[in-house]
Amino acid sequence: MTLKKELRKTVAVSLLSVVFGFILGAVIMLVFGYDPIAGYTSMIRSSLGTTRTIGETVSQATPLILTALGFSVANSAGFFNIGLSGQALCGWVASVWVALAFNSLPAIVLIPLAIFVGALAGAFAAAIPGVLRAYFGTSEVIVTIMLNYIFLYLSTYIVHNSMAKSMLSSKDSTIQVGSHASLRISALSDWTMNSSINGGIIIACIALFLMWFVMKKTTLGFEIRSVGLNPFASDYAGISSKRTIIVSMILSGALAGLAGVVQGLGTYQNFFVQGGSLSIGFDGMAVSLLGAGSAVGIFFSAILFSILKVGGLGMPLDAGVPFELVNIVIASIIFFVGVNYLIRLLLTRKKRREIVAQVDSQSREDGQNKQEGGIL
Amino acid sequence: MSIVATIALVVSSTLIYSTPLIFTALGGTFSERGGVVNVGLEGIMVMGAFSSVVFNLSFSQQLGVWTPWIGCFVGGMIGLIFSLLHAVATIHLRADHIISGTVINLMAPALSVFLIKVLYGKGQTDNISESFGYFNFPILARIPVLGPIFFKNTSSVAYVAIVIAILSWCVLYKTKFGLRLRSVGENPQAADTLGINVLGMKYAGVLISGFLGGVGGAVFAQSISVNFSASTIAGQGFIAMAAMIFGKWNPLGAMGAALFFGFAQCLSIISAQLPLINRIPNELLQSAPYLLTILVLVVFFSKARGPKANGQVYVKSK
Repeated sequence: MTLKKELRKTVAVSLLSVVFGFILGAVIMLVFGYDPIAGYTSMIRSSLGTTRTIGETVSQATPLILTALGFSVANSAGFFNIGLSGQALCGWVASVWVALAFNSLPAIVLIPLAIFVGALAGAFAAAIPGVLRAYFGTSEVIVTIMLNYIFLYLSTYIVHNSMAKSMLSSKDSTIQVGSHASLRISALSDWTMNSSINGGIIIACIALFLMWFVMKKTTLGFEIRSVGLNPFASDYAGISSKRTIIVSMILSGALAGLAGVVQGLGTYQNFFVQGGSLSIGFDGMAVSLLGAGSAVGIFFSAILFSILKVGGLGMPLDAGVPFELVNIVIASIIFFVGVNYLIRLLLTRKKRREIVAQVDSQSREDGQNKQEGGIL
Repeated sequence: MSIVATIALVVSSTLIYSTPLIFTALGGTFSERGGVVNVGLEGIMVMGAFSSVVFNLSFSQQLGVWTPWIGCFVGGMIGLIFSLLHAVATIHLRADHIISGTVINLMAPALSVFLIKVLYGKGQTDNISESFGYFNFPILARIPVLGPIFFKNTSSVAYVAIVIAILSWCVLYKTKFGLRLRSVGENPQAADTLGINVLGMKYAGVLISGFLGGVGGAVFAQSISVNFSASTIAGQGFIAMAAMIFGKWNPLGAMGAALFFGFAQCLSIISAQLPLINRIPNELLQSAPYLLTILVLVVFFSKARGPKANGQVYVKSK
């Protein structure tokens, strides 16, 4: 009963955060002389208006689902993985590199190989902060942030110095991967009028199910959650918290790596030098926080973020609103999720008033006592 | 290039690149001494850089050479106001410090570029006309050898930053305010029992970090990038955080670490003019400060712990 109540409250917090975020966005648009209704209408039209834009929205949501899953796995073990962008970048570079280097292999070997190597690269990138935290006690927040920049420059170095000249189409980008290494599925592409939708969404849905299964139904999932709740107690109970931290980081990095694979072999079909950290990293983190780490929550919040991002691209053209408004809305949604204490407080306050109104005959003290018991 | 000229180049570029880091790392020190983790320094720097560039572009005609200095103050004030968001969220609304800091980092570039587009109708500003130039100390510059290296064609703000670092040390370790701030970061319950205004102290820490972080961003924008776009501040806030940890949450240590990171950062910029260094690929030099941070953390400071109650939400009736 209390679990159900808690779940309902979590959902309410997420929904209210989204509503507050959109209201704040509307206020900002009003303040700067834009029409919020026109702005949001053009957002919806540009993201869900045609089958092509729906395809784009699903395509953009795919890597977000994967990075959000990655964040939530590490988060369950009490590990704040801010390095998702770097790990996804590793997966992106590695998968495209493999796809181009072993171009002659048949699709049935090449695609799984490229996916595997991409996930492995992400897992390796995430294992570094995991090992450092487990054995040296270094703060993962700092290490993962630093690694984001190291991998960013490393990927540029690989494109400029390590890749064969025949793989490059210009100084800063590789050629397209062959159709037998691509995640595009012609039926999906045709149906959505050549949007960038691809098989990655299937990978993401499988990952969603698998991670739900691992976290809720297996010993490993139990160990991860147990270490996240209390590493000392877990150690005492015979769970190696060091091993669990590293395993959870490897899982988290592999998922982020997969997000990079989807970018490389699905959405863009090549790799090009990046100017800054991949936005799917921080967005994935935001998606996971909004979805409260649950599979269903992550799926819906990824779609919502994707609607914002894809729809936001249409806003400057249709309503003259700068694209950045979308990122302001996203940041404020996460702000409201972060200050959920306030929202929870408001929710209980409201309920208290209802109870007082309902039970007129009962004395006031009774009602308050009841409520206190309910909160605790 | 003569040896003195080479050393002078390295020293002056190190100072220029260190200054924003010194200011911001000092800010981080105040915030974390009061027990509030501030991952949002990067975002605060963005706001400082943005507001100082807008101020500089608008008032350089009237204010002349003083524009960048006043621009720094404006950047600091905007940083302070922006950090209020982090303060309210973490201190009163019990938000997770890292989530709130990340929101600051997500919000600042979006908000500032949005405003730039509203104000100027394009994604980045023009170059400012009044920037921090090179500065010669009146008499000291004439000292042989040391003069040309440290006091000629050098950065004046860098010396201001060093003075402020020393002042910060005095404030933290020699004043009543500093003692109270540190006690709140170590054991807020005990501090509360002694009648110290815990929440007020925490606010003071975060707001000082907002001001100094904003100044850091303003210095960067007005001496290094000379314009503002989404990519103006790219990682400096995080390096400043690392400098704070490297400096063991001590203002002078943070300053030393910031000088070191400034040196690592400027290497990739001036590498072409330095013998030996110019053979190292630029991408590797660019990642050097980040790599060094991790190495330093692992080798020397893995056991270094910050203020004891850092990052915890303080609830009075505990």
